[in-house]
Amino acid sequence: MSQAVIQFKDVVKSFGQQTILDRVNLTINSGNTTVIAGPSGQGKSVTMKLILGLLRPDSGQILVDGQDISRMRGKALNEIRTKFGVLFQGSALLDSLTVFANVALPLEERTRLGREEIRTRVLATLAQLGLTGHEDKYPAQLSGGMRKRVGLARALMLQPEIMLFDEPTTGLDPEKSLEIYQLFLETQKKFGYTSIIVSHDIPKIFNLADQVILVNKGKFNTFASPEDIQQSELPEIQAFVQSTMGKVYLSREME
Amino acid sequence: MIRYLEKIGSNTIWLLEDLGRMGSFLVFGLGGVFKRPFRFSAMIRQVRLIGANSFWVIFFVAGFTGMVLGLQGYYTLRKFGSEGALGSAVSLSLLRELGPVLTALMVTGRAGSAMCAEIGIMRNSEQLDALECMAIDPFRYLITPKFLATLISVPILTVFFNCVGIFGGYLAGCGLLGVNPGAYWSGMEQSVVNQDINMGIIKSFVFALVIVWVCAGRGYFVHVIRGAGFGAEAVSKVTTQAVVLSSVAILIWDYLLTAILL
Repeated sequence: MSQAVIQFKDVVKSFGQQTILDRVNLTINSGNTTVIAGPSGQGKSVTMKLILGLLRPDSGQILVDGQDISRMRGKALNEIRTKFGVLFQGSALLDSLTVFANVALPLEERTRLGREEIRTRVLATLAQLGLTGHEDKYPAQLSGGMRKRVGLARALMLQPEIMLFDEPTTGLDPEKSLEIYQLFLETQKKFGYTSIIVSHDIPKIFNLADQVILVNKGKFNTFASPEDIQQSELPEIQAFVQSTMGKVYLSREME
Repeated sequence: MIRYLEKIGSNTIWLLEDLGRMGSFLVFGLGGVFKRPFRFSAMIRQVRLIGANSFWVIFFVAGFTGMVLGLQGYYTLRKFGSEGALGSAVSLSLLRELGPVLTALMVTGRAGSAMCAEIGIMRNSEQLDALECMAIDPFRYLITPKFLATLISVPILTVFFNCVGIFGGYLAGCGLLGVNPGAYWSGMEQSVVNQDINMGIIKSFVFALVIVWVCAGRGYFVHVIRGAGFGAEAVSKVTTQAVVLSSVAILIWDYLLTAILL
């Protein structure tokens, strides 16, 4: 059985009066792909920021490789963060730096590699992601899909154990989305990372997932497969399924 | 009535939170100096952006300020028959007051606003979060070079402002109005003492800190500033706020420092 990399234990997080996460539990196993889905504003992004230590829970524990990061700060937290790679919703490239400089950034700041070595590695990764010839462009000169690829390249530079994808396909057309999923599968196979995908892209995204977590009213509902979700008895889940996967569900009923 | 009290209360809490945030921003911003690796080249780049690129603005502002001082001083002093004191009047007002204050205000308008907008946009587009996720300290990477560059640039610009201003006064007073050049320079030499120069320099350091603290800090916290809104609008509002706050703070500190140092 694979090992748990991330665990939430009774995590509570609220902003002002509003409780976003209410005593939630979660286990993500090494090498698996977890999809976090659910209506907007229900705490998907908060969950991600908690995992990264960008936010702190009000109570409860968040364990990364068995270490509680909820009370960690400074150096120790930075140490943990080197395990993570993140692809942000808007790619979050530094827009005053070129593609090359963006991808080289983690190596320059986090390692002691020489200039030549960095150059070779960056160019190799860019080539793998089909970005050869674009290294001197600025993020503003790239299309949305290409920006995602640069973001992915940057996230992969330090060979992360865990990759987080925040809405990787939002704002892309279906063809480009498919391309991103393809890249995702390829890179995961190659680097063997554990991945967490926050996504709206239902039901397509479920094909990639080992487990699916629906965030609903501050609770996590974990499912092992898309079918489980469709057969859920909880009324909120059914409503969500109806609105996002309506057709799939109905066709099943008709059979 | 209760609603008013509630409002006062929540505003006070927010103000305290904001002060706390800005306080820790200052500590982390300066503390970044001790974190390795130090980004020397980034600091030099910032010195160029904040300092060297302000050269011509400072040159013209200083030149014309000096010339106006020469004109005004001449007409006032002539009433008392003491045109000979023009040199000391121009140089003292520049060294102690106008040099540091006007330089700081110009740098606020030119570089402070740019700094605030740049950091604000980075915050809004998750670039700062991205840095943190890559375990790159945004303070060491981004903020500290700006702190140091401003602290280096503003005093140098102030000295430059003073020199150009004094020549401007010379040009207007001696070149156009016929004051005796010897009297202008010797008047300056006799009245200016070390303390005047020190005072200007101390002021310029404090102002530099105010500029970078307020402008970079407002940009850094663009997402949590109350009433600023979101996105591009928030950046524009917060940049305006930063320039106003920083300018007012400079004038307040100017008064306080003058009172203390005099």
